[in-house]
Amino acid sequence: MVKEKHDVDVLGKCPTGIRGLDEITKGGLPRGRPTLICGGAGSGKTLLAMEFLMRGAMEYGEPGVFMTFEETSEDLAKNFISLGFDLPDMVSRGLIATDHVKIERSEVEETGEYDLEGLFIRLGNAIDSIGAKRVVLDTIEALFSGLSNAAILRAELRRLFQWLKERGMTAIVTGESGDKTLTRYGLEEYVADCVILLDFRIQEQISTRRLRIVKYRGSSHGSDEYPFLIDERGVSILPITSLGLDYPVSTEHISTGVPKLDAMLAGKGFYRGSTILVSGTAGTGKTSLATTFADAACLRGERCLYFAFEESPRQIIRNMGSIGIDLARWVKKGLLKFHAARPSLYGLEMHLVTFHKVIEEFNPQVFIVDPISNLINAGTASEVKSILTRLIDYLKMKQISTFLTDLTHFGGSLEHTSEEISSLIDTWLLLRDIELNGERNRGLYILKSRGMAHSNQIQEFLLTNQGIGLIDIYTGSGEVLTGSARAAQETGEKASELAARREADRRLREQESKRKVLEAKIAALRAEFDVESEELHLMAEEERKRQSVLAEDRLEMAHLRKGKPSAPQAKRSKKKRKGE
Amino acid sequence: MKAALPGKGKKAKTDATEEIWNLRLYVAGQTPKSLTAFANLKKICEEHLAGKYRIEVIDLLKNPQLAKGDQIIAIPTLVRKLPEPLKKIIGDLANTERVLVGLDIRSVSG
Repeated sequence: MVKEKHDVDVLGKCPTGIRGLDEITKGGLPRGRPTLICGGAGSGKTLLAMEFLMRGAMEYGEPGVFMTFEETSEDLAKNFISLGFDLPDMVSRGLIATDHVKIERSEVEETGEYDLEGLFIRLGNAIDSIGAKRVVLDTIEALFSGLSNAAILRAELRRLFQWLKERGMTAIVTGESGDKTLTRYGLEEYVADCVILLDFRIQEQISTRRLRIVKYRGSSHGSDEYPFLIDERGVSILPITSLGLDYPVSTEHISTGVPKLDAMLAGKGFYRGSTILVSGTAGTGKTSLATTFADAACLRGERCLYFAFEESPRQIIRNMGSIGIDLARWVKKGLLKFHAARPSLYGLEMHLVTFHKVIEEFNPQVFIVDPISNLINAGTASEVKSILTRLIDYLKMKQISTFLTDLTHFGGSLEHTSEEISSLIDTWLLLRDIELNGERNRGLYILKSRGMAHSNQIQEFLLTNQGIGLIDIYTGSGEVLTGSARAAQETGEKASELAARREADRRLREQESKRKVLEAKIAALRAEFDVESEELHLMAEEERKRQSVLAEDRLEMAHLRKGKPSAPQAKRSKKKRKGE
Repeated sequence: MKAALPGKGKKAKTDATEEIWNLRLYVAGQTPKSLTAFANLKKICEEHLAGKYRIEVIDLLKNPQLAKGDQIIAIPTLVRKLPEPLKKIIGDLANTERVLVGLDIRSVSG
């Protein structure tokens, strides 16, 4: 419970300890004075009074007296148990005293003058027995049905409230709502200091409890109707206007869980405590992005609260397993908490009360709503805006990083549906389809991100079994391509590059072989030349030999002509050999 | 004031009066209303229940814890403990008729 510091102590205030009530009353109920709580049947008057008493006894050391005119002590004990308080134990420890005042009109005859001194004595006795500081009278109006002399009753009630004031009791008096008056018997006449009205109404089959401070003398207070919730822990009231624009801001960055996305966001990711919205049509990967962020938070050891309005926690865990995100371990470790509910379960305001309550309990650093658009559809634009403003202010006050997903409709402008809340958003990511060449791909870009230099590029958003991948989309040749078109383009480029390289190689080889051919030719020519020279040489030799033989022969002939011409051949050859 | 006085005087008129009427008057100090109530009660008892009634006066200022038991809120309150059933009359008992009706004496005596 956040207790607001209030510097004005002219009017002492008595903290109720009830979540939210101390904020809207700026510190609690008027100390030492009675407060009237009125409302219809079942609006939670008794419960509020009970919690006031119990919290007083347990948290503020102020014992209290519960005087009931309606329920027996046994019934009362049961009611207290339903809020988790052990009444008999508290009574035995002297923290609470109860008194059941029973008035049975049929048993009572009235004759002549009387006063209610007996009631004063009983109350006084109960107060003294435990040193009580707080008193609850529930519902003192029962006196009117039990006793007929209204004049006496009114005088005595006036005296009773005066008496309570004199004794310095901080009292709660409950009263049933009347037709035109706040209470059926006009108790508000006597309790002038503080009047709180509880209301229980049903709109479109959804019930909402609301609380309003009708008056609070001598103190400023929230004057709106505040929705509140009653559960096993008691009453929670959602403060609306007590928050402003003076929350602390952080310069710390936290990772989105996707390194490439961090890079797009000034290289570091989101600011801590900022509000992030992811818009996109169905199936663009909003939940995947949200769970990746949750996973990153848990990896840092932070606590993450995940409000799921579309899927059950188990389904989310299973589905995210398929992209390599193991959320079950964080749930087991207690770092991740899912809270799943159907948006139609209750009204918009009740959802916000639930947010508050669960956030108070779990105290997360990261808060995810998937998707917020389902809530948006539950109310009118102005309602949604006021409520989300309150929620986001509250989250910022607590420095909780908020991640909201927003399902936009096919055909509609992506920016349109969220325009009510866009001003509340610090970082706005858009996931969109890119339809090209008969296929659909996902693109991500940053619409805005306050306070950082962010990328203006559309990235192709891929879901792989290793998580989320972002790829620069193909922007060569003056066109934007994604998916298989991008892949095809890239492959095509690769192929032509390869072909060019091959061509070059081929030319080189060709040149080489040409060179080889040339060399071979040179070698062949040389060989031919050699052969020719050899032949020439041989021919010259032959010639020379022939010349010499010729000369010899001439000689021989000459000789023969002189001698015996009958056997010139044989002789000639013999002579030639001899001559050599 | 807190004396328990057995009644004396005239005998009861009916025969169904074997039992003792046990009456308890709650007061808070000796206020005029309390004194009036006691005087009125005494007078009625003497007239209608002579000899068979007992009045117990309880001062809640002295014994505040006793208020709870008989569910007392108004002062003065007269409680008919016996005979059963329990009956309560609040006020100073100025209207004798109503007291008789409240205590169921008229029917008994009539």
